[in-house]
Amino acid sequence: MSATIGRRLSSPLPADVLVAIAVFLILFLIVRIVSAADVPLPPSNDSEISTDPTSLPYYAACSLLRMFVGLFFSYAFALIFGYWAAHSRKAERILVPTLDVLQSVPVLGFLSITVTAFLALFPGSQLGLECAAIFAIFTAQAWNLAFSMYNSSLTMSKELTEMSQLFGLNSWLRFWRLEVPNAMIGLIWNGMMSMGGAWFFLTAAETISVSGQSYSLPGVGAYAGIAIDEGNMAHVAWAIVTMAILVILVNVLFWRPLVAWAERFKNEQSTAQSTPKSAVLNVVRAARLPSGVGNARRSASGQISSAVTRFSRPRRTLVASSPTKRRVWDAVFWVVVLGGLAFGLYHLLVYVTKDSGFGTFIEPLGLGFLTMLRVAAVLVLSTLIWVPIGIKIGLNPRLSRIAQPMVQIFASFPANFLFPFVTTFLVATGISINWGAIVLMMLGAQWYILFNVIAGAQAMPSDLREAMSNMRVGGWLWWKRFALPAVMPAYVTGGITASGGAWNASIVAEVVSFGSTTLTAAGLGAYISEASESGNQQQLLTGVIVMSVFVLVINRILWKRLYALSEKRYSL
Amino acid sequence: MSKATSAQVTPEPLMTLKDIRKSFATTDGEHLVLDGIDLTIQPGEVLALLGKSGSGKSTLLRCIAGLMAPSSGEVLIGDQELEGPNTHTAMVFQTFALLPWLTVQQNVELGLEARGVDAKERTAKAQRAIELIGLDGFEEAFPKELSGGMRQRVGFARALVVEPDVLLMDEPFSALDVLTAETLRNELIELIANHEFTISSVVIVTHNIEEAVVLADRVAVLGSDPGRIKALFEIDIPQPRDRDSAQFVGYVDQIYDLLTQRTVPDAATVNGKDDRASDGSPAGNDQPVPLTALPLASVDGISGLADILAREGTRTIANLADDLGLEVDDLLPQVEALEQLGFAEVQGGRVGLTEIGTEFAGGSIRREKLMFAEAARSQVPLIATIVRALERSKSKRIGAGFFRDALKRRYNDSYAQAQLDVAVDWGRYSELYTFDADRDEFTLDEPHEH
Repeated sequence: MSATIGRRLSSPLPADVLVAIAVFLILFLIVRIVSAADVPLPPSNDSEISTDPTSLPYYAACSLLRMFVGLFFSYAFALIFGYWAAHSRKAERILVPTLDVLQSVPVLGFLSITVTAFLALFPGSQLGLECAAIFAIFTAQAWNLAFSMYNSSLTMSKELTEMSQLFGLNSWLRFWRLEVPNAMIGLIWNGMMSMGGAWFFLTAAETISVSGQSYSLPGVGAYAGIAIDEGNMAHVAWAIVTMAILVILVNVLFWRPLVAWAERFKNEQSTAQSTPKSAVLNVVRAARLPSGVGNARRSASGQISSAVTRFSRPRRTLVASSPTKRRVWDAVFWVVVLGGLAFGLYHLLVYVTKDSGFGTFIEPLGLGFLTMLRVAAVLVLSTLIWVPIGIKIGLNPRLSRIAQPMVQIFASFPANFLFPFVTTFLVATGISINWGAIVLMMLGAQWYILFNVIAGAQAMPSDLREAMSNMRVGGWLWWKRFALPAVMPAYVTGGITASGGAWNASIVAEVVSFGSTTLTAAGLGAYISEASESGNQQQLLTGVIVMSVFVLVINRILWKRLYALSEKRYSL
Repeated sequence: MSKATSAQVTPEPLMTLKDIRKSFATTDGEHLVLDGIDLTIQPGEVLALLGKSGSGKSTLLRCIAGLMAPSSGEVLIGDQELEGPNTHTAMVFQTFALLPWLTVQQNVELGLEARGVDAKERTAKAQRAIELIGLDGFEEAFPKELSGGMRQRVGFARALVVEPDVLLMDEPFSALDVLTAETLRNELIELIANHEFTISSVVIVTHNIEEAVVLADRVAVLGSDPGRIKALFEIDIPQPRDRDSAQFVGYVDQIYDLLTQRTVPDAATVNGKDDRASDGSPAGNDQPVPLTALPLASVDGISGLADILAREGTRTIANLADDLGLEVDDLLPQVEALEQLGFAEVQGGRVGLTEIGTEFAGGSIRREKLMFAEAARSQVPLIATIVRALERSKSKRIGAGFFRDALKRRYNDSYAQAQLDVAVDWGRYSELYTFDADRDEFTLDEPHEH
């Protein structure tokens, strides 16, 4: 995952600024269109959700189906755009910063807008809600997966690229035989990791309020949402159990077999000592059916391939296109882009400042600062708690064999299910939500740090460890000179992910309710959340833009430098 | 060699390279890799492209393969100019370039599949190639389960099965151990002699002189920086060749001699570089960019070779390389370094220590360091330049970027960095100056007491 993050942080500043403006303009455009279309909102359908725990298996199946549909679209997006970015200089210049910006936009805050937009597309049916939920899953995974694909394509060995050119592999063969297998391991690992965020988004998207009306989709998230609204702790517990089973099943029946299967795509010189194993995969392999499916797939692929060969022209890669023609097109391109952006930006600013001028930005900026302090607190606390524990776990092979899959399941578990417990605790003790929100945000974000630190500690070379004990390096010196620097690159990777997760979580963590109690913290997350609830699109847009800018600037100022330093100095 | 003609008339060449120049863009201008290459590939011949690293031999092969466009000049197939990947060729790669997720059989079939050969015919052809190359029984294996030699056999089979006119080989044996390489070399000679596959010619890139002389009908020796054809040897010995025969040893020694000759930059290049250096560098003419490249040798390698030469006296480089199990690329930088430092002399393919070199080899660690420092600052241009610049600077520190830029004017980026890395290594060892990696700058060491 570390390399993927490096690619993400590699986009140049001017490109990031231009693309950020473009992305904000697209959000603006969506907001304008949606409000201009004046979508007739269907009546609230909350009552359709059964609170009977026996309907939970059915709801779980619904949520799962949504998850896989979202995953499918995320992979399709990643394959196409990751490949495109790696193979076209022009596309790369636009796509890489775009994906970076999109990854920093708190889509969770924008949910009410996407729901309205999809309701407008499919008026009078639940399909709009379904699409919005699937879109939320998509935004939790697609950008990260696309970076993974892009990184794999870029790091493809030069000889393999030359081989494919010289042996005349057409684009179809090249994509499926070379690019996709080459990217497979990264795509599967990243998919597994980003599913954690996806569950969080899905359960938040299954129950949503737009302009005072609340809507629900049959699913575990909606069930939990209603249980929370009703203040029914027993039902919340049932939802948690269901969700836990769901996460574990997906892990055992889907990801583990995939990881074991993907071993064959490892581009290494010798067979590894220990390889991931999956009992489920062995069963599937033993079954007859998939081989029949495989034959059908192969013959279809062969026909497409020969069709592609027949219709593609012989490649004239050595013949350069005229440089002056290219320069003219480049100039036209930039004039159009910059002009368009300036025009759009002007309208965007007019829109958000029409009531109170540039003062509109003062409140979200101040609140953003508060949320930033919370995110910092989340990171500091997670670091203090989990880095020492993670190192200890990682250095103990027996312990990490048990701990790693568990941590991964914790990371996948949507933390918003646990919020009611914290909320009742806060109410009972009278601790302010302004502090409590830190704990709520940490519930989800901390695992990224733990998971990566364990992986980093596992990768410490054993001869270095032996050298340390041989020289009797112990105590604080051992941490300072050896363990902490050695896990630094892995820690930074986890930290970036955790920081992004915490910002997103602030939208649901700064306003929490349980039954009739609602606690609201002062923060940008609460600001966005309230705007979304009350349908104040001007405030919503301002909040989302300010939060994106916070995330982008912090990435640039802090994480980019930390990442560069850790790669240069601390990579083993 | 099925199309080999016994007639005496010169046959039409399969491919013709006309005045090929290839330069790569560096951060500061262009770096010329190949210059004025004129070459033909005749039907039925084995042509070896031999040179040190940096001679552009692999670049030349990629121009022939149509993977790279020459900056000027043309590659002709018959009389047709090459416009894309050369479909008359197939390549065997140095590190095999097999797809780890495909079986041996699938890897061999890949090129046929790309040409739209139907599944049945594909399987049959691949089977035959696998059998001929001695891979039967391994069809269903994945590359990572195979030894290096077996993997390269898959590389051979994959290239031969598409029946190219010209088989291109990019240092095909250099990633293998010595014994395996020898076996595969002999198998290749047999394959060529037996006409099992309908290839006409072979172009092989190598830095191993014996390999070139064993395999090739013609050996093109490339000089470095920029790569030019220094000489074209016709190896007039029938196959199989006896490596101990006087004729064979004669060729090898001749080529060694040619490769170890110091390259004297011709007048045009010298002027060109000086002009650019004087208007580009902040210090102008005071600190000209050194014209002689630093050999990319580590201090330990240099001192180790000096020890060996002190023990064994003057030796031919060919012999020495053989004894040490090294190839040209591995030994020549150390030889060149000793020569530049004035510790050794090279003549007629033989290398021996000078008087001062013998003293260097026999000295204590302290003494070795002092002698190295003395020789480096007086004999090695880049080191001398750095020391001089530091001495003149008031703060006694200079950003490495200054020297890096100067080097980049003459070399490509990675080679410039390699030069600087060696300069850092030599400077640190000899305590002439130190290098602060965090700030990326050179600082002058305090003069040490003797």
